[in-house]
Amino acid sequence: MARAATSAKSTRTTSKRKPATKAAPQDNAPSFTKDEELHAYRDMLLIRRFEEKSGQLYGMGEIGGFCHLYIGQEAVVTGVQMAARPEDRSITGYRDHGHMLAVGMDPSGIMAELTGRAAGLSKGKGGSMHMFSTEKRFYGGNGIVGAQVSLGTGLAFAAKYRGDDEVALVYFGDGAANQGQVYESFNMAKLWSLPVVYIIENNRYAMGTSLERGSSQTDLSQRGASFKIPGEQVDGMDVRFVRDAATRAIEHARSGKGPYILEMLTYRYRGHSMSDPAKYRSKDEVQTMRAEHDPIEQVKSRILANKYASEDDLKAIEKEVREIVTGAADFATSAPHPDASELWTDVVLDAAE
Amino acid sequence: MPTEILMPALSPTMEEGKLAKWLVKEGDDVSAGDVIAEIETDKATMEVEAVDEGKVGKILVAEGTENVKVNAVIAVLVGEGESTEAIAATPAPAPAEAPSAPAPEPVPAAAGVGAAPKFEPASDPDIPAGTEMVEITVRQALNEAMAEEMRADENIFVMGEEVAEYQGAYKVTQGLLQEFGARRVIDTPITEHGFAGIGVGAAFAGLKPIIEFMTFNFAMQAIDQIINSAAKQLYMSGGQVTAPIVFRGPNGPASRVGAQHSQDYSAWYSHVPGLTVIAPYSAADAKGLLKAAIRSPNPVVFLENELLYGQNFEVPKLDDYVLPIGKARVVREGKDVTIVSYSMGMRYATEATEKLVAEGVDVELIDLRTLRPLDSDTVVESVKKTGRCVTVEEGWPQGSVGSEIASRLMEQAFDYLDAPVLKVTGKDVPMPYAANLEKLALPNVDEVVAAVNQVTYRS
Repeated sequence: MARAATSAKSTRTTSKRKPATKAAPQDNAPSFTKDEELHAYRDMLLIRRFEEKSGQLYGMGEIGGFCHLYIGQEAVVTGVQMAARPEDRSITGYRDHGHMLAVGMDPSGIMAELTGRAAGLSKGKGGSMHMFSTEKRFYGGNGIVGAQVSLGTGLAFAAKYRGDDEVALVYFGDGAANQGQVYESFNMAKLWSLPVVYIIENNRYAMGTSLERGSSQTDLSQRGASFKIPGEQVDGMDVRFVRDAATRAIEHARSGKGPYILEMLTYRYRGHSMSDPAKYRSKDEVQTMRAEHDPIEQVKSRILANKYASEDDLKAIEKEVREIVTGAADFATSAPHPDASELWTDVVLDAAE
Repeated sequence: MPTEILMPALSPTMEEGKLAKWLVKEGDDVSAGDVIAEIETDKATMEVEAVDEGKVGKILVAEGTENVKVNAVIAVLVGEGESTEAIAATPAPAPAEAPSAPAPEPVPAAAGVGAAPKFEPASDPDIPAGTEMVEITVRQALNEAMAEEMRADENIFVMGEEVAEYQGAYKVTQGLLQEFGARRVIDTPITEHGFAGIGVGAAFAGLKPIIEFMTFNFAMQAIDQIINSAAKQLYMSGGQVTAPIVFRGPNGPASRVGAQHSQDYSAWYSHVPGLTVIAPYSAADAKGLLKAAIRSPNPVVFLENELLYGQNFEVPKLDDYVLPIGKARVVREGKDVTIVSYSMGMRYATEATEKLVAEGVDVELIDLRTLRPLDSDTVVESVKKTGRCVTVEEGWPQGSVGSEIASRLMEQAFDYLDAPVLKVTGKDVPMPYAANLEKLALPNVDEVVAAVNQVTYRS
């Protein structure tokens, strides 16, 4: 199928590439400074270790319900966040722990929400899929697949309405990309030139349905073509490509040119949720991705190769991250449960307030 | 044989309109398809096309005439060689009575309603004594409520299908585009799910959207965003993220529009914690409660009624008339039986009350006005006095607002009840199209009277 001509055609040819491997680092990769490499390494490692701990606590029965882990996809939100400004608002679906950590929300507060405690970010009333931070301008944490795309477009609408200089960063998966309201939102976002970047985290599986089995057009970067929204595919396992593409897309949106689509080619190592039967893909596929494309290992090997830090330096970062995660888990498993009176609070606001 | 040209209806609910302009004069030749006149209602304007060819023999209704009844003869075409002499004798003064309608069925009760029955409440605690009252339509009241609030708060905007350039599919947003501009009065594509979500997202970010659904039938496309995103947000976020948004538009059966355009969603939305649900009947309540809804920090579903848009009611002339949400109005005090209703149901309830009072039944009539939070206290207090209750609504019977009232009375006033609570509702079928069947599907005054007779053991 011929691709619709969009303004992104040239950019997408430069950035579309197979995920990099350790064996064959690519020459055309955008470069990161030492500080950027170390920042990315630390942020991604925090997400990885946090999610590993979440999985562990789930197995212990401390976390209930649904729990969708971000392991494998860390480079996406880390790279985008490196390109964003603090005033930019973001929103995502139910695989949201990584996004909350990347925007700087408190790991203990997140973990305490996962364990359903009063000190959780939503007082224990939201759970894994429903956490928010007006301070960090993070709007969830949404459990209905695709709903965040309309909501996020509304965040962009508010920015434009007020004349603010902010961009909405709207994350959704390859599965959500088939929801009707996504295209209703694309249409209005372009029609009204809203400052929004749509970040499609294509981890290849909508629950257990592979992209090919669920999508007639598998190049999701072109899903905005009929609305004249430019889009590009990005190696979502390499944080440098993510940051680079996000910088361009955010600039496009912030400068008044309207929405932009980034399809991040990524991969989730774990199941869709904790109860995933894992029958829909081979262990080899998962192992190959882990061994050859891991976003954290890529950064780590570059840091060492460039002598930005020593093994010992990285171990110190690892130790700091582990302490944060362990502290969060200890807090989350010992903090008090919500008071029974909380059942009845926050249903509606008193109109007289 | 001369051909009569009749005043056309722009919509199933139009009863009369203004003959705004003639584009032909007597003696002109016209062909089928020629535009010969323009007519106007408070909702819309339309061109009148000639259906037959001939010569304009006589214009019977002058341009500029108001209140021309639908199906009145407005002009007569004559054929080749026909005389116009005989026509002069045709008795068709304007505004004319509608000639015998071609349809043999009676006009549906809802469409046939005339002016709202005057029913003066003994007192209205919300209006200071001595306040001047002005008569306006429900449509004007809603329009004024939005305009007044938009003047006061820059964060309020209106978004929906045809709200701006078209001036509103039912003209409720008429003039808002001209006053507030395209930034704040926004036409959307036909995409309810999408723009409802955009509205909720904008509310998360601190704006105060008014989302108009052309009708609430179409809001089913968007109900996920109304309930899952707007209603639950405050709770899910532990009180952190609010969604101050109003979803408004006509709800319930209109007239002769069939099953997919004739549903009452009152009970659906009133089921949902986190939502405020308002369904006013009078223009005063429409105005005072819409202003309150727009100011509310919570998501509000504001259910209007198309057939009430054109109805006149007295509205207090106050600079800022805002009513409390969650308070029913005792429209008439009585001691024999309590009739509880809301929105269009109040039409049947009011007419039934007039009949019953004339027969000596001292009816207490309550207009709920807000369905969530439901003002049980007012209903319970009333039933403690009367011992009998009949509910009236256009929605379906199972899980209806009346069902909820009956349940609460069982719980809170059981020992005071002298008869079972009876519900008068729409029938348990999708809305039929045929005029006679539609009339049967809707509640009516006789059913309300019969229910009251039953609970008062008069029947």
